[in-house]
Parts: sequence; structure tokens; C-alpha cells
Amino acid sequence: MREDLGVLAWGRAHRGRHVVADPAVRADAGPAARETAKAGGSTLAHGLGRSYGDSGLNLGGGLVRMAGLDRLIAFDRETGLLRADAGISLDALLKVTVPAGWFLPVTPGTKFVTLGGALANDVHGKNHHLAGSFGRHVTRFGLWRSDRGEAGAEIECSPGENANLFALTIGGLGLTGIVTWIEFRLERIPSSHLYVENIPVDGLDAFFDLAERSLDWPFTVAWVDTLARGDRLGRGIFSRASWAEGGGFTAHSGGGPRMPIDAPGGLLNSVTVGAFNRLYRARPGARFQGRQHYDPFFYPLDRLRDWNRMYGPRGFYQWQCAVPVDSMREATRTLLDTVAASGDASFLAVLKTFGDVPSPGILSFPMPGATLALDFANRGQETLSLLARLDRVVAEVGGRLYPAKDGRLPQAMFRAGFPRWSDLEAVRDPILMSSFWRRMTEEA
Amino acid sequence: MAAKSRILVLGATSAIAERWCRLRAAAGDSLLLVGRDGERLAAIADDLRARGAGNVLTATEDLADTGGADGRFTAWVQTLGGVDIVLLAYGTLGDQPEAQRDTAALLKGIQANFTSAVVWCELAGRALELAGAGTLVALSSVAGDRGRRTNYAYGAAKAGLSAYLEGMAHRFAGSEVTVICVKPGFVVTPMTAHIDGRGGPLWATPEQVAEDIQKAIEKRKPQIYTRWFWFFVMLIIRNLPRPLFNRMKI
Repeated sequence: MREDLGVLAWGRAHRGRHVVADPAVRADAGPAARETAKAGGSTLAHGLGRSYGDSGLNLGGGLVRMAGLDRLIAFDRETGLLRADAGISLDALLKVTVPAGWFLPVTPGTKFVTLGGALANDVHGKNHHLAGSFGRHVTRFGLWRSDRGEAGAEIECSPGENANLFALTIGGLGLTGIVTWIEFRLERIPSSHLYVENIPVDGLDAFFDLAERSLDWPFTVAWVDTLARGDRLGRGIFSRASWAEGGGFTAHSGGGPRMPIDAPGGLLNSVTVGAFNRLYRARPGARFQGRQHYDPFFYPLDRLRDWNRMYGPRGFYQWQCAVPVDSMREATRTLLDTVAASGDASFLAVLKTFGDVPSPGILSFPMPGATLALDFANRGQETLSLLARLDRVVAEVGGRLYPAKDGRLPQAMFRAGFPRWSDLEAVRDPILMSSFWRRMTEEA
Repeated sequence: MAAKSRILVLGATSAIAERWCRLRAAAGDSLLLVGRDGERLAAIADDLRARGAGNVLTATEDLADTGGADGRFTAWVQTLGGVDIVLLAYGTLGDQPEAQRDTAALLKGIQANFTSAVVWCELAGRALELAGAGTLVALSSVAGDRGRRTNYAYGAAKAGLSAYLEGMAHRFAGSEVTVICVKPGFVVTPMTAHIDGRGGPLWATPEQVAEDIQKAIEKRKPQIYTRWFWFFVMLIIRNLPRPLFNRMKI
């Protein structure tokens, strides 16, 4: 256990001190939580630090870094049922499961997250409209609670056992206990490749129409040019894919180049992003149709490790909302209008429709409708006020924001979006806390 | 890695050993894991099985204790049904000031890092010679390349181990038995968790070291530095003139 000033969230806009411990075996996770909580007042399990804001941090307090718990426990190659330590990365898992013909049932846009992080944020992927969120595929997990027994103990949670904790841990932001292991069902794949169709779309209506016509495609997503205005608002590239037959099972290989240093602040501005957007739409890949390996399709940004350093030393804010199906077209239009009018370009803008497959998680983020993810270089107050304007659009239609992406969400907006937040607070492990949760629960 | 190998791992809970075992598990090899912490060995064994290893067995024993070494080693080989590769990976970094103060601590470190290690290496040499082929890989350290004030108790034991392995490699030269001395530099493992500046440019991950070990086995190299640049770092340190060396706090 020692002090660490270097723990950062992916957005790099929050910095501070933690008392960290690095357990190497599952049995040490609970004691590590107790020790760090004793030294820091409270503690939190931390994975690979891909949450953007402060939901994975406990600034000034303790942190149990889980990445050393990276072992498989059991993998049934016939049924695809897999059990593993909570600290194992999706990257490491895929290297084992893909050669055996199995893939993650749901994957977020980076493979550098832990299983525990995937559970705590109930992550979603390009197949949400058919497969739901990650939590729907989880059969059970181990949860260490500090208030069980004399020195804390592990319990098993499943839909049939400790069902309330099961439902509140999925999407529970790591606050219900230390998740030590997770069992879930993999998806069988016919090969490690997908058949992909990239289709340029001229505007928002074209996007939603195409999304509706593509509902039987397992994977859909769109990239949106946030600088397009007026008739062209929502212009972008719609991408849909399904697993392809034949060609074998090749796992991805090791990392690509790293972003070695912080880029100068202001590198990503409306001029450079505008140029990028024009090139991105004009490149041959914008109309690509054919076979593609899963790695570039699901994880395009993993190729440039530490890409978050592009935003310079002040970091950036990511903002992701979900809006309900009845108002999704209008709300998305208003949101994109607001961004375009601000003149602040979002380098990465991703739009996807969510389906109505329910999650077992009580605080799960997705809802039937659409989700829009944006990110903005941290320009201080200017950025924060743009985000506040976007918040209002979402609040008006009864939508919500994604805690994993957040670093400044107002308390009232969070509580409105997740009305059952107090259920989570009621079962929160007394020694666990995050910077995010402190903001959401402290009395004004 | 065509044919399946039978592998004896001495000190299997070492981070480097575990990462190397994962590479071998993916190839379907069988392993016997020896170490002190039975619970941890069981967790590692589960992991290796799930990754596709053949037979994975464990033996909870203190390797620094050489009592009955011959019989114990023979039993391990019998349990495995023969042996193709022996990896010796245990060791203790110890605390230099403590070794200077406390004779028992000094002897304990020498027993763990040198005396017991060469006993197992010799027994492995015998078993591989009898089998007519095979590989012994042992983790030494760059610390053995020159005695330095900050860790010469550890360094001297590793220097002795390196010399022993060099002698064994000499003895088996031209035969089908390979002896490999691995000299890691800084590695991010629980053994080094207390060192400041961990994770800097000179630091390797256990995965990288495991891959270097695997390459050394495939190419039958008698000695490797890992990462490779430690060869040059140690070349410089070994050749620093004494007046300059004496001024350094390394």
C-alpha cells in the first residue's frame, strides 16, 4: 500500500492523490480494500482507468487496483460459459476465447477495460438493439462486502441468490462491494471476421431511417460530423455488420503505436477537426463493404494507445446521453444544433439506436431510444457551459447521462435520470466511495 | 512449439513464471507447479487449464528447503511422467541493510537465491541428461553482473547462480540438453512493488520477459538479458572505472 499521485481517469481532467493497493490474488482483494479504506477514509476498486471522469476515482481516498487479478477460473469451450477474475481485461480474454470460437456477448469500444469495469458500468456495444447490455449475459459473480463477518467476506450473487445485490451491482459503479470474479456467457462466432457495410448518410433522418431498416443487423453504429449544419445536420457514416462465415479464428495481436507525449493544448480545434471530418468522409473506407477483422471494427481507437493525450495536458470531457425513443429524433437534432452553433467541434461523435432488451441492472444506463456520445477538449468554463446546454436538452425529454463518461454531471440531473439511485446508496458497502458518488449524494 | 512438452516450474507463483506458463498453456503443454502458497498455485492452475493447458498439477513445497531434494525432485518428474523443460523462477530480493545487520537474514537470502537454486539446477541437469534432451531455464539477474552497494547480498547470490548455469551450459554444449541463464533487469512484479520510479522506461512487464524467455528457449540461447538493452546497460556498468563507480549511489 502506498501513495500515488499518478492515477488518472481517461479524460485526464481530474487529478489527485490516492492510497493504492495492488492485490495479486482474489483472496487479497478484500483485505486490500480494508487497508486502503482505513488509510484513506474510503476506498474503491479501480480497473484500467478507462472511465472518463471521476466515477472510477476516489480522490483523496483509497483505491484497490484490480488489474493484478487477471486469471481465468473456468472456460467451458462447449457451452461458452466463462468465469474469471474481475481484473482481467477484455483484451486478454479475447486472446483466449477467439481461437476457441467464442466472442464477448457485448463489447464496448475499447478492449482495455476489465470485466469488473464492464459489470460496474453495465457497458453496451454496437449490438445493444439485439443483445442488450453486458449485464444481461452475466450469470453470477463474487462480491466481497466489508460488513459480512468480522473482517468482511465474499458472497455469491446471481438472479436467484442475493438477487437485490445482483441487480444493483450491475451498473452499480463498483459501490456495492468489491467484485472479485464474474461468470458470463460468451457468444459463438463463425470466424474472427465480420461482414461490414459503411454507408454515407446525408442527414439525421437518413440516419434514423437506415437504423430502422438495419435492425436485423447484429451491429450498427454511426459516426457523425458535428460541424455540419442546416440541411446537412447529422451527416455522417452509418456502419452495420454481422459475423462472417469462414476464414478461421485469429485473435488480435499486440498493441499499435503509443501516443508518447501530451499533444500541445488546442491541437484539436474546429479547424483541425473539420479537416479530419472532410477527409474521413472522403476516404475510400467511408464506403467500404466487405470483410473486416473484429479488432479494427470494434476497437478502432485501441490502435493508437493513449489517444486521450491528443487533447493536451488539460484533458477533455466526454459526454454521452441516452434519450427515449419517442423524442429521439427531435432531441438528437437539437443536440447537434447546439454543438454546431457553439462552433466547438467534437472529434469523436458517435450515434446509435438502443433497443428495448432490458438489463437486469437497476442503474443501467441504456434505455430504448438513441445514444449520442461527444467529446470536447477541456477549455474550462466555455466547455462546461456548452455541456450544461446539452444537459438541458436531455433533461427535458427524460433522458439520462452515462456516469462512466462523466466528470461534472449535476446532481439533480443524475437523480432525475436514475430515480432509483437511492436504492444503490442503501446497499452501498460502507467503506466504498467514489468521487462521482460523493458528488451525487452529498447534501448541498 | 509443435510437440506437447512436460514442464516443471519451480517457483510458479512468480509473476514472470506465471506469464510464461500462460504462453505454454495456450500451446497445450502439461505443467507441474511447485511453490509455497497452495491457494495461489491452485488459482494459477485453474487459469492455465482454462487457457488450454494439458495436465496441470501442483505441489505445495518450500523450495528454499533442500531437505530430501533428490527424492522430491524424482517424485516431481514421476508425477509429470517425464520432463522436457524445467523453469526455476523463485528468489527473494531481500533487504541489503538487513543482510549487513543480521547474519540470519544474509544466510536466508543466500540459501534461497543460490544454495537451494543450484541444487535444483543440478538435479534438473541430471534428469535432462538421463532423458537425453530438454531445457533448463533459470532466472538469475543483472544484479549479479557487478556487486553494488545497494544490493550486493542479492547480487552475489545471483552471480553465483549465473556462474553455475554457465558451467552447466558448458558441460552440455553440443548435446541435446540446453541450459539458459535469464538475466532480467527491472520488472514490474510484486517483488519490486516498493521501488520508487517503477514503470519508467527501463522497466519491463512480466509479459515481455516471458516472451523473451520463450524466444531464448526456441533459439537455445545459453544466456539472455531481458529486455535486450540491459546487455548494454550492464556492459557499461561492468566497465565503469572504479573511481567513477565508487561515486555512484547505485
